[in-house]
Amino acid sequence: MKRSIAGAREWLIESTIRLAGVLAIIFVLLIFAFLLHDALPVFSEASLSDLLTGRSWRPTSEPAQLGMLPLILGSLYVTVGALVIAIPLGLGCAVFISEVAPVRMREILKPLVEMLAAIPSVVYGFLGLLMIGPWLADLMDLPIGQFAALGSLMLAFMALPTIVSISEDAIRNVPVTLRSGSLALGATDWQTIVRVVVPAARSGIIAASLLGLGRAIGETMTVLMVTGNAAVIPQGLAGFLKPVRTMTATIAAEMGETAYQTPHYHALFTIGLVLFVITYKHNAHSECPKG
Amino acid sequence: MSAAEDKYILHPEGEIKIETKDLDMYYGNFQALTDVSVAMPSRHITALIGPSGCGKSSFLRCLNRMNEVIPEARVDGQVLLDGNDIYQADTDVVQLRKRVGMVFQRPNPFPMSIYDNVAYGPRLHTATRGSELDEIVERSLRGAALWGEVKDKLHQSAMDLSGGQQQRLCIARVLAVEPEVLLMDEPCSALDPTATFRIEELMTELRESYTIIIVTHNMYQASRVSQYTGFFLLGEIIEYGHTEQIFENPADRRTDDYVRGRFG
Amino acid sequence: MRIVSAQKAEKLSFAGLWLCTAIVILPVLGITVVLVWRGASALSWDLIVGTPHGLLAPIVGTILLVTLTGLIAAPLGIAAAVYLTEYSRGGPLVRLVRLAIVNLAGVPSVVYGLFGLALFVTLFHFGRSLLAGACTLALLVLPLVISTSEEALRQVPGSLRHASLALGASQWQTVRRVVLPNALPGIITGLILSIGRAAGETAPILFTAAFYSLTDPFPNSLLDPILALPYQLFVMVMEVPNVAPATKWATAFVLLAIVLGMNIVAVILRARLRGSRRW
Repeated sequence: MKRSIAGAREWLIESTIRLAGVLAIIFVLLIFAFLLHDALPVFSEASLSDLLTGRSWRPTSEPAQLGMLPLILGSLYVTVGALVIAIPLGLGCAVFISEVAPVRMREILKPLVEMLAAIPSVVYGFLGLLMIGPWLADLMDLPIGQFAALGSLMLAFMALPTIVSISEDAIRNVPVTLRSGSLALGATDWQTIVRVVVPAARSGIIAASLLGLGRAIGETMTVLMVTGNAAVIPQGLAGFLKPVRTMTATIAAEMGETAYQTPHYHALFTIGLVLFVITYKHNAHSECPKG
Repeated sequence: MSAAEDKYILHPEGEIKIETKDLDMYYGNFQALTDVSVAMPSRHITALIGPSGCGKSSFLRCLNRMNEVIPEARVDGQVLLDGNDIYQADTDVVQLRKRVGMVFQRPNPFPMSIYDNVAYGPRLHTATRGSELDEIVERSLRGAALWGEVKDKLHQSAMDLSGGQQQRLCIARVLAVEPEVLLMDEPCSALDPTATFRIEELMTELRESYTIIIVTHNMYQASRVSQYTGFFLLGEIIEYGHTEQIFENPADRRTDDYVRGRFG
Repeated sequence: MRIVSAQKAEKLSFAGLWLCTAIVILPVLGITVVLVWRGASALSWDLIVGTPHGLLAPIVGTILLVTLTGLIAAPLGIAAAVYLTEYSRGGPLVRLVRLAIVNLAGVPSVVYGLFGLALFVTLFHFGRSLLAGACTLALLVLPLVISTSEEALRQVPGSLRHASLALGASQWQTVRRVVLPNALPGIITGLILSIGRAAGETAPILFTAAFYSLTDPFPNSLLDPILALPYQLFVMVMEVPNVAPATKWATAFVLLAIVLGMNIVAVILRARLRGSRRW
């Protein structure tokens, strides 16, 4: 009798743990379901192509104009700019930490890079808005200290820890035999790094960049604070020096002032859904190179 | 019986504690044991010898179903403990492992005090506490010939003991559960000769009350401590008999080659 | 001649790598120095307890928020990690769980905010509250709690599990008496990291928990909205005109100090843990 009670207890605990185990799957499905549920009603106002390619975002006008193209392009500008800055810097830093820096220095550098990830995004936004923006505007003679490239710059630093630490892992996992092989042929350390080590770590570096891209697309508060929040379609390279508005910033800025169940509310959930789908697809991809 | 004859498998007389019948074991697609049928007598020491990878440790793990800890391990055939098949669906694995204790290759004390290590099993299975538990701990440590060395530091960490002491602590920990069978998987392979000698002495004492099955790669150890010896090769049991006979007059040429150190 | 030029190229390139690293690292130091210099000097007793924009209420709000977040996320995350390390045996379900965890970790924080708004605030009728915010943040840090706990559990050697099972302990007895106690320091380190992450987040609590008030009130129940440091900083910078610069700098400094402080504690704990491991 006692055994069966113990058995029942064991079974109960095990079931609970198994349930907790699949919780992650349940949450992903729940998030998707709720976003979809609160996004769908918007399609009585506008078609998907109207939403994704419409050139005007004026959610409070009558009738509401819910074209997301300016927001999508805004996110694209800021993110691409961030990657242009972050990938070369991050790769250089990763190579330095794993190949060049002495062990003791590596022990200091790695936690410092991790610290970079710990700084809250509002603090980045705060510094960007109050110090770096005005300073850059002064330097480049811009009319306003809030613009796309400033967002890119801040985002680059927020994406760097991801890019550095994953690339560094990939580089360090390149077998010593490959290195020795190259060195034994009379290559210098640098030639070995460029021609053997980095190419061998390529898939890891690509995964790192994709994950960094994911971080940059999803980042909200910093871009909301430093990019000037103008929902206009950016034009050419000059667009980098003008205010833009990203998808994430739009949700953050407008959800608080939107009435429940209005087209505007549903449109903001649609943006959330688009973001969810983008980052979902993209995470599924960046996991692939390993397997 | 014909299989037993052409494989030189002795069926010991007297009370049989554990017997396997046509035991096969697989790791995924790899067959680790083939058709092992052997009977191990009560209150004797049976040694299992053979080159590394011959399946002797896998065999040992089948006897208390510790093979099930390894994913994809699978067993066919029967293992009879006192005549009952331990692989029947209604077997309580917890009860089985209480009856069939195991000592591992490397000493693996828990990172707790010496006392808590020994008390671990009794605390699981009974509500024993206080002086009753103290008695069990003392009896078990005495049984493992460790009491004298640790009685003044029962509440210090087990990790501070030497390797040999740790292994005897692991034996004490098993004794505290009051098993009927002791499985020992190369218990001395990580120990120095002095510590090995003490464990061998201990095994001889324990034989009075327990059925012991020991896997060893050390043939001198097998010949010193055991009464019965089985020789494994490539997942099969080649020969099983009285230890003296196996070492002095093996029937199978492969056994002969092995015990004379021609391979392995 | 060629050798000399190759070596020269190497020197130049290594200098370039040095420069990259400096550019990556200097901002951390710069941000810390600037904030400490301007923030700490602006900090005063008046700023902490005064009203409006006193720091005490948002500090308390943030502490309540992350404590509750930890209380919700810890059992879920640790149980999920126990499932992955102790109960699952591979297979397609586990692959799916891992994919889900990776994806949860990649969901933008503002999307968590939307989800929290739809589920906790609206459907569960928690309203904009401490509870709704903590649930949302718990979800956000769940992948981090799971992965750090899993790492801590995997550090416990298999031989200890085998010893326990061989003594007739059940799976759960083994987990509770041997595996969890030995993994606990690592699990706690991960929790501190996760909570530190939650303390700095703004977007998820934007529509689920945080509000702004001139009277700096403390919450009376789980269903009250709260002041939170990151949101307070955001509002003071973006939405409320004429807040004294000293107040903003001091708020930013306190926020950074709390978040970095938790991270530093976690890093130190982890280092000490590595030093003291005995198997």
